[in-house]
Amino acid sequence: MDTEFIVEYIPHYVEAAKLTFRIGLIGIVLSLIVGLVIAFIQYFKIPVLKQIASAYIELSRNTPLLVQLFFLYFGLPKAGICISSEGCAIIGLCFLGGSYMAEAFRSGIESVEKGQEESALALGFKKRQVVGYIILPQALSVSIPALCANMIFLIKETSVFSVVALADLMYVAKDLIGLYYKTDEALLMLVVSYLIILLPISIVAAVLERRLRYAGFGN
Amino acid sequence: MAEQPILLEAKNIIKDYGSGPVLNEVSLQIHKGEVIVLIGPSGCGKSTFLRCMNGLESIQSGQILLDGEVITEGKTDWPKVRQKIGMVFQNYELFPHMSVIDNIVLGPVKVQGRDKKEVIKEAEKLLERVGLLEKKDAFPRQLSGGQKQRVAIVRALILKPEILLFDEVTAALDPEMVREVLDVILELASEEYTMLIVTHEMQFARAVADKIVFIDGGKIVESGEPEKFFTQPETDRARRFLNTFIYAK
Ligand SMILES: Nc1ncnc2c1ncn2[C@@H]1O[C@H](COP(=O)(O)OP(=O)(O)O)[C@@H](O)[C@H]1O
Ligand SMILES: [Mg+2]
Repeated sequence: MDTEFIVEYIPHYVEAAKLTFRIGLIGIVLSLIVGLVIAFIQYFKIPVLKQIASAYIELSRNTPLLVQLFFLYFGLPKAGICISSEGCAIIGLCFLGGSYMAEAFRSGIESVEKGQEESALALGFKKRQVVGYIILPQALSVSIPALCANMIFLIKETSVFSVVALADLMYVAKDLIGLYYKTDEALLMLVVSYLIILLPISIVAAVLERRLRYAGFGN
Repeated sequence: MAEQPILLEAKNIIKDYGSGPVLNEVSLQIHKGEVIVLIGPSGCGKSTFLRCMNGLESIQSGQILLDGEVITEGKTDWPKVRQKIGMVFQNYELFPHMSVIDNIVLGPVKVQGRDKKEVIKEAEKLLERVGLLEKKDAFPRQLSGGQKQRVAIVRALILKPEILLFDEVTAALDPEMVREVLDVILELASEEYTMLIVTHEMQFARAVADKIVFIDGGKIVESGEPEKFFTQPETDRARRFLNTFIYAK
């Protein structure tokens, strides 16, 4: 193992890790927003939008991110639409993540007893208030483990971004292997980088999950 | 006592979930201060009737009037109407993610825009009346069924509704807890609260009601004073129904 090589190239990995983390974060936040919007389109059974939402979910869940990225990066320019590597990565991640987040929110919303909505309505709450004060807080406590798992899944999926020429972690590792044949060192740093990003998220997720399960609602 | 004005009225209402009428031309007038108890076999439409009265279910024909105004036609502001028609459910339906006091205070503060401090004070007074002041910071899961139901009653009361609907509020309770909930309702009756109560507790019905309404097959079959109804029912169906509560060796 060439430690000198590792030390020399750490800054490259730090830069790439920052990029991966930044895009991962933006992608996750957008996925959460898309997921929540879709979950409520389904909950309120909004005509037309509901059908569009189910079509999107099927499309998103049944195509690999790699294919989605190829489409955005190589397909769309043929139709005259050019999006930067970073743009493709964020849109791709959001397109993939949105459906997973929507499913996580949906299962949480469905777990809330039907009578909760009715009793809140009977007290004079408006539909919007019922969602905000009664349904969503209960749904979230059920959804959070799945939402956290999705976040980790999405960060891992960022490893395919190198195909759209984005200098992320995978890209740097491949680059170093190609240039210097330092396969072991490059891959070791790659694994460590992902662990540094993902471990804290996993730990926070685990703590959150335990809290919700054992301390929730005064139990 | 002079005749009180009609508070809530159903006029020939028909409710159909899609497979034939569940309520078939039901008419009922509830006067201010009156306690009406609805009884009837399971599935005869009692819950449906209550749920139509506060718009949780739509009706296919007929009218519902609150304070003389039709609320089942045109654009009804249901949140506003429902503040005047409180409802307590069989399964309590407290909000599990909120403490007892928050369950009670949320409505008056968010729905009616009342001052939170004042509402808390009032909530504490009401909790004290139902013997649950020391539970105000507990969560619903930490309460017994009877305690939950008393909190649910307070939660409906604090909105100062003109009428309260009770849908088999003791049906999910262990027998020893039934009394503590019924006592609260009896006390409300003594204070001239207007109430429409669905129950299977016949002794209680007899004690609390100004009028018994017996429903069967989506129609009002018989109605009248409790003493008369329980001792000399006019219809065969009512007699048969009452006999199901009598045990003999
Ligand atoms: N949401 C619903 N959809 C379809 N049928 C219903 C629904 N709610 C109640 N019903 C039917 O309406 C009838 C009356 O029900 P309900 O009002 O709950 O009776 P009760 O409260 O007197 O036991 C029953 O036959 C029941 O199956
Ligand atoms: Mg019922």
